[in-house]
Amino acid sequence: MSIIPQPLTEFPWRVLGILLAIAGFGTLVLYSAASGSITPWAINQAVRFVIFTGMAFVISRVPLELFARFAFPAYGAVLISLVLVELIGGVAGGSQRWINLGFMQLQPSEFMKPIIVLAVARFYALLPVGEIRRWTAIWPALVLIGVPWALVLVQPDLGTATMIAAGGVTVMFLAGLPLRLFVGSGLAIAAIIPIAFSFLHDYQQKRVLIFMDPESDPLGAGYHISQSKIAIGSGGIWGKGFLKGTQSHLDYLPEGHTDFVFATMAEEWGLVGGVFLIGAFLLLFRWGVGVSLRTQDKYARLVAAGLTTTIFFYVAINLMMVMGLAPVVGIPLPFMSYGGSSMLTVMLCIGIIMAIERSTRRGGRKPGSWG
Amino acid sequence: MKLPRLKRKTVTEASLSFTFTRRAMVVGGLQAGIGAMLIGRMAWISVAENEKYNLLSESNRVNLTLIPPRRGWILDRNGRALANNRTDFRVDLIPERVTDPEGTLRSLAHLLALAPDEVERIRTELDKAPGFRPVQVAEKLTYDQFAAVSVRLPDLPGVAPSQGFSRYYPTGSTVGHLLGYVGAASAKDYEKRKDPLLITPGFKVGKEGLEKWFDLELTGKPGAKRVEVTARGKIVRELTTRPDAPGNAVKLTIDAGLQDYAGRRLGAESGSCIVLDCLTGEILCMASMPSYDPNNFSDGISHDEWDMLSSDERHPLINKSLNALYPPGSTFKPMVAMALQSAGVDPKERVHCPGGYRLGNRFFRCLGRHGSVDMHRALAKSCNTYFYTMGNRVGIDVIARMGHAMGFGEKFDLPVSSQSYGTMPDTAWKMRRYDQKWTASDTLNASIGQGYVVVNPLQLAVMAGRIASGRNIQPRLVKGRYPEAPFMPFPKEHFDAVRGGMWEVVNGDGTAGRSRLDLPGIQMGGKTGTAQVRKIAGSQRGQSGAWKYRDHGLFVCFAPTSNPRYAASVVIEHGMGGSRAAAPVAKDVLTYLFDPAKAMARLEELEKGWGGPPAERMERQMAAYRLAKAIKKGEVVPKPADASEAENSANAAASANVSETADNPPPQRDPNREAGR
Repeated sequence: MSIIPQPLTEFPWRVLGILLAIAGFGTLVLYSAASGSITPWAINQAVRFVIFTGMAFVISRVPLELFARFAFPAYGAVLISLVLVELIGGVAGGSQRWINLGFMQLQPSEFMKPIIVLAVARFYALLPVGEIRRWTAIWPALVLIGVPWALVLVQPDLGTATMIAAGGVTVMFLAGLPLRLFVGSGLAIAAIIPIAFSFLHDYQQKRVLIFMDPESDPLGAGYHISQSKIAIGSGGIWGKGFLKGTQSHLDYLPEGHTDFVFATMAEEWGLVGGVFLIGAFLLLFRWGVGVSLRTQDKYARLVAAGLTTTIFFYVAINLMMVMGLAPVVGIPLPFMSYGGSSMLTVMLCIGIIMAIERSTRRGGRKPGSWG
Repeated sequence: MKLPRLKRKTVTEASLSFTFTRRAMVVGGLQAGIGAMLIGRMAWISVAENEKYNLLSESNRVNLTLIPPRRGWILDRNGRALANNRTDFRVDLIPERVTDPEGTLRSLAHLLALAPDEVERIRTELDKAPGFRPVQVAEKLTYDQFAAVSVRLPDLPGVAPSQGFSRYYPTGSTVGHLLGYVGAASAKDYEKRKDPLLITPGFKVGKEGLEKWFDLELTGKPGAKRVEVTARGKIVRELTTRPDAPGNAVKLTIDAGLQDYAGRRLGAESGSCIVLDCLTGEILCMASMPSYDPNNFSDGISHDEWDMLSSDERHPLINKSLNALYPPGSTFKPMVAMALQSAGVDPKERVHCPGGYRLGNRFFRCLGRHGSVDMHRALAKSCNTYFYTMGNRVGIDVIARMGHAMGFGEKFDLPVSSQSYGTMPDTAWKMRRYDQKWTASDTLNASIGQGYVVVNPLQLAVMAGRIASGRNIQPRLVKGRYPEAPFMPFPKEHFDAVRGGMWEVVNGDGTAGRSRLDLPGIQMGGKTGTAQVRKIAGSQRGQSGAWKYRDHGLFVCFAPTSNPRYAASVVIEHGMGGSRAAAPVAKDVLTYLFDPAKAMARLEELEKGWGGPPAERMERQMAAYRLAKAIKKGEVVPKPADASEAENSANAAASANVSETADNPPPQRDPNREAGR
């Protein structure tokens, strides 16, 4: 037995360290983005981080059974609120995403990102082993994913819709569906994309086109991507130095504290800062995937891997967008972008993964025994 | 529903767990892969393309403002400035930033005491100008005016006061036609050169004359002010400022004092005075009056001033030295005398003058009965009969050959944008031009410088210079090392005979005896000329009647006769006679070369009678014109005292359309013209 008491060794120091590093760095960048001021962004972000971290630890104490039991009810609730958004939601920036609850703006599509993982994982955990290669293993999952995906897409919010679909499909993949289904549908989607493109909203079509060639409209809709690339590119290896970014401080970089916060960071910290940040996120994903691999419980491992992938999608889509590899879809960078919604979602994911890790350490129970 | 093909493989809990492990590792691997790709992408942008994006980021951040370069000076032969630069406070309007054009204009008009037509000009320019291009409000402000605008800037968005340099011509209107003027570049200039300097406020390009010809040489390298700006255009701080490099100076052959003197001495007359060095061809002065004040033009001229200048029957906008053509009249005769000798006429041969010359049944009149005259006396008395007789004997082609050799009908290699080179007619020319045979009466008219012959004043000066020195001089305007010109291929005795006759004109029993140089030991030789403007009707001999139908007065001369150094031509439009109008001007101008003080004393006396130096007179004329215009519009009730002056100006304005233009002389269709004197 170690001298250190068990609660302390059980405490997830490693993941906390990673989170602190990322969020601390994010706070520093927000401090700079406000031209060296902790208001209005850095202080809020720090306080939120502390609160949501506390929330994550509370969640990590919740018995896993609860997540399993409430997966479908929660899914249903979020689905209903998505329908409500469609009916009574406020319009922001050309799309309908919010419900005003009076004390806060609720964005139900944000919650759908982790819930879809829980719901699909729940479905496969309940599915008898022998059924996995039948149709009954496929269509209910597709319905589970398809309905919220469609609801979010018509808001319209392409980024979130993509993340919901990607999270759900990842769980399907991990659940063990035949590989050729994924290969086949991948090819089919590739064929359908040009057709789907014509159904996109004008402003979405424009974004996609400008993503293909941002210089075609450097002062109009391509401005975001062009300025973001200029910020990253002019940072070089070592960056321009803390508080010395010109793109962000002279307002050339739009959304420099929210969606394009990575560009603000890269301008001042350069490639070194980027490698540090991406490295830290990769460590976080390694931790998440590691938890899922160590878990014997079918539901828990699907959830852990699925939620890790959800966080991964946040990071990957945001960075690809910022670096001009994806269209501007409005996906924030976890812990770095200023904003409560996304931090809440990601911390929810982290909390659930921590809960899984905790139950695994405790020896867990027989896999599949919560059915 | 089942998928039959998939059913073959049996699935157990263990195999599913294994599949999960494998696939979770694939997912983890993909994440790592995409992470690595993102790092690669970032490295590509920030390392490989760093230079490109650094540049873009700098061009975002740094805004470059050009500082117009100071224009190179234009110097006279002794290094005196004919055109230089003055420190200048100015105010511009940036149209796109002006929020309330009317209110802004009102306050500016009040602060800067702008004239109503100025305000009107600014208003029209403001309407037409593209948003970013500044519109000039006023230049050459005093420091107090500048400061008054500067302190009110917060209430006047779009108003941009600045300090710079503006072109200044110390002698004003007397250099107007020679140097031209400068002004803001036109949209066409900008389209052609695409140089951002052209749309920088305060930058001027040469618009006319030497300013235009040497524009690129005179334009220096602009300075630049670098400022850091935000995306919204707000200036954060100034970075560095690179000073401008002034343009090169251009040194002319002109003598600034003589140029100014000649211009002032022409006085109220309309005409030209040219003096050149008859050894090298350097032009010492080339004055054309009346003229405009290039200082006013460089400010952007007002509507009224432009109207007044373009409607004046004395054509202040035309350089009469180069772009006006006149029949030379008797000033042509020295050249004809050279031509006669080149065809073998003995200068001693005498011709009897009974007061005219009979050709067939027509009688060509002389201006007097000169009796028996030789070449010397024919030149001195300007006897037409002698030149009719001899000209008819040698024929027009001999005269034309010598005419071209002396510079008539020729274009000179000068840095000017246009020269009217006139006509030196011959048989082939008439056939070409009118498809008619040359007649003997054409020859008679040409022999005395009438008929088809038209020349510009510079050609007259060049002829005088070539005869005076015997050298084939080419007129020059830019100072350089010019060798003395080579001699012309004609015998010295021929030149001596002509010079002798010209000496007699002034110093002996000749037509210009009243214009002898009043200088010890220095004499001038010359030849008067009186050229008809239109066919003589009845008794009216071009000596009276409306100004514009009066005869032109011309004079060519050189000095000193003992060893010719300077040659000159003077043309006074509608001056009625060479000896009366032109020779006295030539006398004073040549006097200035040898004894400036004496010449100045005479000029000051004359100017008292004319109402002061040109600048003062022009100002009065402008005021009268404005008043006349106001009366016409009914804005002002004429006061009795102003009325007559104002009416004169109004008449001048009205008659502009019908006035016969000297620059565009009527084709000399009437071969029956009678004599000049």
